[in-house]
Amino acid sequence: MYESDELNKIGQRAKTVKRIKNAFIYFCLAMWAVIVLFPFYWMLLSSIKSYATYNSEFVPKFYASSPTLANYADAFTAVPLGRYLFNTLFFTLVTTAVMLVVITLAAFAFARLDFKGKDLVFTLFLALMMIPNELVIITNFATITSLNLRNTFTGLILPSVTSVFYIYLLKENFAGVSDDLYYASKVDGTSDLRYLLKVLIPICRPTMITIIILKVIECWNSFVWPRLITDKSDYFLVSNGIQEIRENGFGRENIPAMMAAVVVISVPLIVLFLIFHKKIMEGVASGGTKG
Amino acid sequence: MKIVLKNLTKKFPNRNKKQGGDVIAVNNFDFEIPDGKLVGLLGPSGCGKSTTLNLISGLEKPTEGKIFFGDDDVTSLPAQNRGVGLVFQSYALYPHLTVFKNIRFPLENLRGEDKLSKEEMEKRVKEAAALVQIDELLERKPSELSGGQQQRVAIARALVKAPRVLLLDEPLSNLDARLRLQTREEIRRIQKKTDITTIFVTHDQDEAMSICDLIVVMKSGEMMQMGKPQDVYDDPVNLFVAKFLGTPPINVFEGKIGNGGLYIGKDRVMDIKTSSGDKEVFVAVRPEGFILDENGPLKCELGRLEVMGRDVSIVSKHDALLNDSGNIRSIVNSDNTVDLSLSHVGFSLKKHKVFVFDKETEERIRFEV
Amino acid sequence: MVKQSQLKGWLYLLPAILFLGAFMIYPLFDVFVYSFEEGYNFASQSYFGTGSYNYAYVLRDPYFISALKNTFIIVIITVPLSTIIALLISLGLSSIKPLKDLFQTIYFLPYVTNTLAVGLVFMILFKKTAYSDGLINMFINFFGGKSVDFITGPYWAKMFVMCFYTIWVVLPFKILILTSALASVPKVYYSAAEVDGTRSIDMFFKITLPMISPMVFYLIITGFIGAFKAYSDEVALFGTDLNSAGMNTIVGYIYDMLYGNSGGYPSYASAAAIILFAIVLTITVINLMVSRKTSIR
Repeated sequence: MYESDELNKIGQRAKTVKRIKNAFIYFCLAMWAVIVLFPFYWMLLSSIKSYATYNSEFVPKFYASSPTLANYADAFTAVPLGRYLFNTLFFTLVTTAVMLVVITLAAFAFARLDFKGKDLVFTLFLALMMIPNELVIITNFATITSLNLRNTFTGLILPSVTSVFYIYLLKENFAGVSDDLYYASKVDGTSDLRYLLKVLIPICRPTMITIIILKVIECWNSFVWPRLITDKSDYFLVSNGIQEIRENGFGRENIPAMMAAVVVISVPLIVLFLIFHKKIMEGVASGGTKG
Repeated sequence: MKIVLKNLTKKFPNRNKKQGGDVIAVNNFDFEIPDGKLVGLLGPSGCGKSTTLNLISGLEKPTEGKIFFGDDDVTSLPAQNRGVGLVFQSYALYPHLTVFKNIRFPLENLRGEDKLSKEEMEKRVKEAAALVQIDELLERKPSELSGGQQQRVAIARALVKAPRVLLLDEPLSNLDARLRLQTREEIRRIQKKTDITTIFVTHDQDEAMSICDLIVVMKSGEMMQMGKPQDVYDDPVNLFVAKFLGTPPINVFEGKIGNGGLYIGKDRVMDIKTSSGDKEVFVAVRPEGFILDENGPLKCELGRLEVMGRDVSIVSKHDALLNDSGNIRSIVNSDNTVDLSLSHVGFSLKKHKVFVFDKETEERIRFEV
Repeated sequence: MVKQSQLKGWLYLLPAILFLGAFMIYPLFDVFVYSFEEGYNFASQSYFGTGSYNYAYVLRDPYFISALKNTFIIVIITVPLSTIIALLISLGLSSIKPLKDLFQTIYFLPYVTNTLAVGLVFMILFKKTAYSDGLINMFINFFGGKSVDFITGPYWAKMFVMCFYTIWVVLPFKILILTSALASVPKVYYSAAEVDGTRSIDMFFKITLPMISPMVFYLIITGFIGAFKAYSDEVALFGTDLNSAGMNTIVGYIYDMLYGNSGGYPSYASAAAIILFAIVLTITVINLMVSRKTSIR
């Protein structure tokens, strides 16, 4: 048997080890947090340094001695940043809205309606999830071009208004709603469509919101398709806009103005994220895919 | 509104494709439910009673046969146009709507000339809520209600559009015992007050017997018997009905008819006259059909007594007994005394509590003493 | 239970079927057609024959070879590294209580930001210009190193930034998935092991890792697929002319062939896309086989 102070010593040592271990873990986690946050800090910082100050700092400073908002004015006047933002907003809203209609109807058909060949079509849909975008984008580019839809919102929006994955997600959710509610609503005199609108969608609202948020993020950040389909800056989305700014914008290497533009286009999603971060993270964790 | 079912048949394709053939859930139903009555569809699970209810509500389409509400043939009418109220076993309340909106939901679906104004809807909702006594709960969500309260909301929702028929699918099975007694009285009260033809599905014969005007006993898709609860109890047409009704259950013995008498095992219990010849039969005796009688013709091995106040239940055994429990249960007035030191007990039988059934067909064999 | 007309179901499906048919299924077949139409050109709308020439052309194209090389390097470096880092961070996260939510939220931030926008920030952090060597070089100088131009300088420096940025971008998703996988391991196992006096390193290899291995494999598989499709992060750092930066990837090559400086050749693009698909499919199948074998054992 141990003497009691010996036991104490063992306990004490275990405690110290644990404390050191904890401190180490916190240190590492904090380090990574700094690495994650630093680019955001740097973009904010650079965006409020004046052009002259920025270029005079051979050794960049971690603070802005005379902060200015002039770069933000530049960002909106020297390049059509407002236009890019509006385009992206419009593209995002329309794409998300149309997609919601398409996937809701499809998910409802799979979850609730009965027709021949349903299982076969559903299996085919699932198989489509494995098709990489790169394989189909070539023909889509040709299709949109031949329809004369380059540099139009229609051309931008059309290929992204369906998502097999979201149909699947929503179908599973719809199917989880008790059959009795459907029968009850039948007896209560509703049509299928009214049941969908008045009962199913309100009940499945959490999933719908998750899908909306994920789709908005996807739209806001989309780059490849818009780059292929637009070459007039009137139709640029923010991603293409930022690329345009980087390559041709502001006449010269105006990094602070560029950073102001970067801040402006990053802020909407960051705000969205801060409001809905629980929901977004849950959605991504359960959905498990990006884009 | 009277309801007429004519040659109603419902077949489902067999899930197990290898077996082939259809499963017949409802076989050639033919009966009429008089206006304003509370009718219980009664039977063991899988007997087709819920399918029958779904056929009447329009959620299922019959394979053959017709359904009439009054004089209207509603067979091809979809559920949403039949004007039935249906209370689900699970209540099926819309979880995202308040009690008020749940009850209002069927009214919002009325179209054309039936369309109601907002005020009219509110009035009707309040009336329905008052009828089932949930006025206080209108702003709650279903998840904030107890089982009994949800049940009432479900009934109010079914009643609000003044249905031609009210259908209740196992309405009491999700409630605890005390609430069940209370709620079945409540259903009776509401039915009496509204005077709506009501059909009520249950597997619990107590429930059906206690509140129904009429009961329909079903077995594997077939209607066995229909009638007033007491009539069906007193005059079952076959062994199944006799066994299904009554607590404690009826005692069934192996017996025979011969020499102008009815035998249970070797005991000649009665002299009878019957048109059928001598044959092997089942003899069923209601628990209350036994009379303690030392010299009675039925000799049983005495087990124990269970005193229940007014009555005494005598538990005994007999070689010819077919009860699953292996015991005869007979209920006699507690004034009677039984000497427990004796190993045997004798009974004579009340004639109108004894039913004889053909051993092959299990159909009733009628007899006279 | 309720019978509806057959038509209704199809009607509800119609929009989805139309869109998928036009933009997923038809293109899927069409890409193969393109890939065998030799030298098809958008401008002239003509091709000179059918056959496997496009594949041969692409496979001999030095730009494609370099894109292939770059892509493989990115895959080989970032997939294992990001998975391991994500695992370490998730383990750290799941062993703390205070501030856990805060850290988790911060770590997830890059997932929702526009990678092209943040790529610009990385570029200015690493870039050496006439005015400044950039912040990173400042640190390198501080520790006695010589300034390097990570953006337009030597190949390995560019590749370093590339991989660093890729990991920065893919980590949020992996951390999130692994943290929730770790949270779903029942606590009893740890309590039992603790009572038995198991060392924490053994706990990790004998309890944690086996329990979360399906998720780890899932991340590795999706990580491979994602890394093979690397493109926009490259554009973010090095601009759209990836060929001249020597940092092109397979997907970048496809887009360049389709529409870009060397553009207008959908048949070459198709051939490259199909080659990419074949590579990804092979790697995925191998991954699945390995994961199955491991989990059976």
